[in-house]
Amino acid sequence: MAKNPRTMDRRRRTMDKDSTRIFHGRSSIVHRPSIWKATLAIVQKDLAAELRSRELISAMLVFSLLVILIFNFALELDIKVRQSVTAGVLWTTFAFAGTLGLNRSMAVEKDRGCMDGLLLAPVDRAAIYFGKSISNLAFMLIVEVIVLPIYSMLYNVNLFQGGLLGVILLGSIGYTAVGTLLSAMSVQTRTRDVLLPILLFPVAVPVLLASVKASGGLLAGAEFSEILIPLNLLIVYDVIFIAVAFMVFDYVVEE
Amino acid sequence: MKLKTPPIIEVRKLVKRFGSKTVLRGLDFEVSRGEFVALLGPNGAGKTTFLRILASLSRPSLGEVIIAGSHLPHQAAQVRSQMGVVSHLPLLYPDLTAEENLQFYARMYGIPDPLARITEVLELVGLENRRSDLVRTFSRGMQQRLAIGRAVIHDPQVMLFDEPYTGLDQDACEMLDGVLRSVAAQGRTVVMTSHDLARAEDLATRFDILSRGTIAASASRRELKKSNLLAFYKLALAD
Repeated sequence: MAKNPRTMDRRRRTMDKDSTRIFHGRSSIVHRPSIWKATLAIVQKDLAAELRSRELISAMLVFSLLVILIFNFALELDIKVRQSVTAGVLWTTFAFAGTLGLNRSMAVEKDRGCMDGLLLAPVDRAAIYFGKSISNLAFMLIVEVIVLPIYSMLYNVNLFQGGLLGVILLGSIGYTAVGTLLSAMSVQTRTRDVLLPILLFPVAVPVLLASVKASGGLLAGAEFSEILIPLNLLIVYDVIFIAVAFMVFDYVVEE
Repeated sequence: MKLKTPPIIEVRKLVKRFGSKTVLRGLDFEVSRGEFVALLGPNGAGKTTFLRILASLSRPSLGEVIIAGSHLPHQAAQVRSQMGVVSHLPLLYPDLTAEENLQFYARMYGIPDPLARITEVLELVGLENRRSDLVRTFSRGMQQRLAIGRAVIHDPQVMLFDEPYTGLDQDACEMLDGVLRSVAAQGRTVVMTSHDLARAEDLATRFDILSRGTIAASASRRELKKSNLLAFYKLALAD
């Protein structure tokens, strides 16, 4: 007598249900999560792991403080010159510290195979990109929040201006957007520590230049209309980098 | 009359190239539901590459891969929801607890009642007493058991094990044997690569030898007398 395979499957599932408390045999408990739920899960996971280990933020913070200290002693600046170089020194510090964070954040996923764990989940791979980008941005912003008052004290420059904080946020978004994509590429190579800055800095030049110009203008007391060009450039680059990364991330992580 | 169950894994003329190097050369492979297949072969035969393609982590250069009715790479998300993967790396976060790791993966698989499921899974792998401990405090064997818990959290139909015994001591290997048996006893389809012929012989219901990018020989447990796996393996590689 020919037996219907579907009936056999149903019978098999019933047997499984009787014989074990776990296996239901049809992945029935899986409901593909939305891109935003998966993104949120990755961000919360990264923040929880970092809160416990504090490896990444400590490294970025110590590095940032060392850089601004070195500049402070090396440049022996008077107050006027200090104001004019502040934007450059700040963004140099953020860019180098950000690279450290980007490298480490992706290396944690790669070294223990966790990137495969993420790629094996039935979620849109853009969720992995957004999750890692938002985590990297959060780490960078935490470091910036600590560095800014210390810089203000050391250089005697008031950095707590609404416009400047907005520019720092926009610059950090652009930098982490492109940095996360490139770190996903570089982490797959043996020379990832060297490769990331080599890939990232040329691509991030527009964001860094626009950020320095806009920050410098704001610190020099320029009108909003005077910094409109670098500000617009910054916003456009942020949008372009996020859109491009969203489109190509799938290809970057796939073999 | 023997009933032939439809294959849950079907691979036809699979080719995988990395640049000019061809790793898999027109590989054909089929696994029925509930089978435990040991994929054996020397280093460089293409076992890990093949498993990564089945897991949708790598794109085939040519050929057809169908898992539980879904085609790769186009229906990869459907395949991933039916698939659990364990490799020699644990795919776990050392700075999170066992429960937090499973909770994270439960969210990534959209499991609606994660806490109940996590308790079930931790019981399956014998780690219910360590649920609140950081993974970095676990031994290699415990991490591997938790890795199996991670891989079955979404109750997959198909399990892929890539050298799961790598780096484990004798006790941990025996404990892993037990977990693997219970995973297979629950009716899952299992494909495992291994260099450990004795363990493969104990666990698997079918033995496929992969050599130079193709399946050189295949035999079921019934076709193969227990003491003959080593001879079968050597013969397949000698051809």
